[in-house]
Amino acid sequence: MYTQALDSPAAAAADAHERDRLERFQERIDRDEKIEPKDWMPEAYRQTLIRQIAQHAHSEIVGMLPEGNWITRAPSLRRKAVLIAKVQDEGGHGMYLYSAAETLGVSRGQLIEQLLSGRAKYSSIFNYPTLTWADIGAIGWLVDGAAIMNQIPLCRCSYGPYARAMVRICKEESFHQRQGYEIMLTLSRGSAAQRAMAQDALNRWWWPSLMMFGPSDAHSVHTAQSMRWKIKRFSNDELRQKFIDVTVPQAEFLGLAVPDPDLRWDESAQHYVPGPIDWSEFHAVLKGEGPCNRERLEARRAAHETGRWVREAAAAFAEKHQEPLRAAQAG
Amino acid sequence: MSAASESVRPEPSAEERFEYVLRLADTSLVAGQRLAELLGHGPTLEEDLALGNMSLDLIGQARLLLALAGRIEGHGRDEDALAFLRDAPDFRNVALAEQPNGDFGETLVRQCLLDAWQLESYECLTGSSDRELADIAHKAVKECRYHWRFSSGWLARLGDGTEESHARVSAALESLWRFTDELLTPDALDARMAVCGIGPAPALIRERWETRMAAALAQAKLERPAHQHYPWHGKRGVHTEHLGHLLAEMQFVPRAYPGATW
Ligand SMILES: [Fe+2]
Ligand SMILES: [Fe+2]
Repeated sequence: MYTQALDSPAAAAADAHERDRLERFQERIDRDEKIEPKDWMPEAYRQTLIRQIAQHAHSEIVGMLPEGNWITRAPSLRRKAVLIAKVQDEGGHGMYLYSAAETLGVSRGQLIEQLLSGRAKYSSIFNYPTLTWADIGAIGWLVDGAAIMNQIPLCRCSYGPYARAMVRICKEESFHQRQGYEIMLTLSRGSAAQRAMAQDALNRWWWPSLMMFGPSDAHSVHTAQSMRWKIKRFSNDELRQKFIDVTVPQAEFLGLAVPDPDLRWDESAQHYVPGPIDWSEFHAVLKGEGPCNRERLEARRAAHETGRWVREAAAAFAEKHQEPLRAAQAG
Repeated sequence: MSAASESVRPEPSAEERFEYVLRLADTSLVAGQRLAELLGHGPTLEEDLALGNMSLDLIGQARLLLALAGRIEGHGRDEDALAFLRDAPDFRNVALAEQPNGDFGETLVRQCLLDAWQLESYECLTGSSDRELADIAHKAVKECRYHWRFSSGWLARLGDGTEESHARVSAALESLWRFTDELLTPDALDARMAVCGIGPAPALIRERWETRMAAALAQAKLERPAHQHYPWHGKRGVHTEHLGHLLAEMQFVPRAYPGATW
């Protein structure tokens, strides 16, 4: 680039051309057309999507850990099999999402490197520990439940590969949610000790689940532009409200108490009104001070490091035998 | 096993059938539990999911087989009573299945040795005179074929990969080979089940396993370790120290809350 060209007529023309492209891009989005990988897109749109999809992919992968913690201790063989399948589904979600991100010009290897170095974010909910079997029920019910609320609108996201990945993922998430609720139902219909276990899990997972929707709209940085681009379709507070309205009656059906003394039903608004959320906790966990931030990242790093010689062997073998090498093995 | 004529074929007792089915059931269960420990910690996402699939298959086999064992026993024990409320001496899995995961090379070698044995065993059991066992074997053999493809494929990649991977997988092979004798050496119950037309002829499994393994080792450029006789009798309930720990973890919840439904 020649800097002196900046105030030349050519630069002015380029500027106009750029504005024109941006306008046409926005028009396509307004018409609900899908943006595909080969289409022109503003760099900010691309970067926002990469950040959001990668964060989502990392969440799926890190999310395998808290539930994986109970696979070996699942209380029946059926529960064990269902939990293994669920954790595998989450890994699969991570895979589709990394692939969706790759259509935007980043590699899975780069994204994983960002996760392991601590630069990339993932959902803070996975920094909470799973202490009893009931936590597996609570995660399915509340965490997958909140994920569905967040993700169903993304099935109509403007970026085609992301929207298509979300359709597939949402189907599985709603299955996970039902399985989780079914665990809670069994516990709540079980012995006194099982009911206490279920209540304890709800007590610990309720507020972190509400925080999964992100900061309140007043403090959310990216919302307006993402809404215009149809990367986001509802605000954090709208989605959180939906989740509360759906979930409170479910807790009542279980005979469990939502751990919010201020929670009330507003008849005129036809909504539940929760008490204030402790955002200082949210920000602390986000900063890395949650109960398991260290353990989760350590576990991912350990898997990556101990797997290095295996990936190197696969790469060496593929080279010797001209076997097509999967991207993941090289990374 | 189809050669003997039906009229002269002896019938095994319920106890014998129960014991025999438990060997298969517990081997699948314990191997599935071992692989389940790894979910979320594999060397790549793809391998993570593949190990999870195998674990799921093995636990599925165990559920069918344990339910069958419970029916044969006739004392009202279901798959969970058998899985969660027996102590180590009552487990009948081969000792190889309970060996710890170690590094990916050790996991892989353990699976490879076991997959070959399960594949040959289930292949033969599809022709078992026990209909229920034959039906389970029909399903299991397809899964075991896939498991073998995975583990023998990785044996080749690791054996013929880098110097480091070759050294690691050789060490794993050397360490786990001593458990193969139990797989291939029939005891009185194996012999009896063969005579009854329920289990495979013992010599057949050894021969096929050896052939299969020799080819896999050659492809992986690995040396077959020297024969090591070692008196493992997992099939009769005499296990290594590892099984007790595996069960302590697996059985903890049902034992801490007796009588609860999950
Ligand atoms: Fe997911
Ligand atoms: Fe899920």
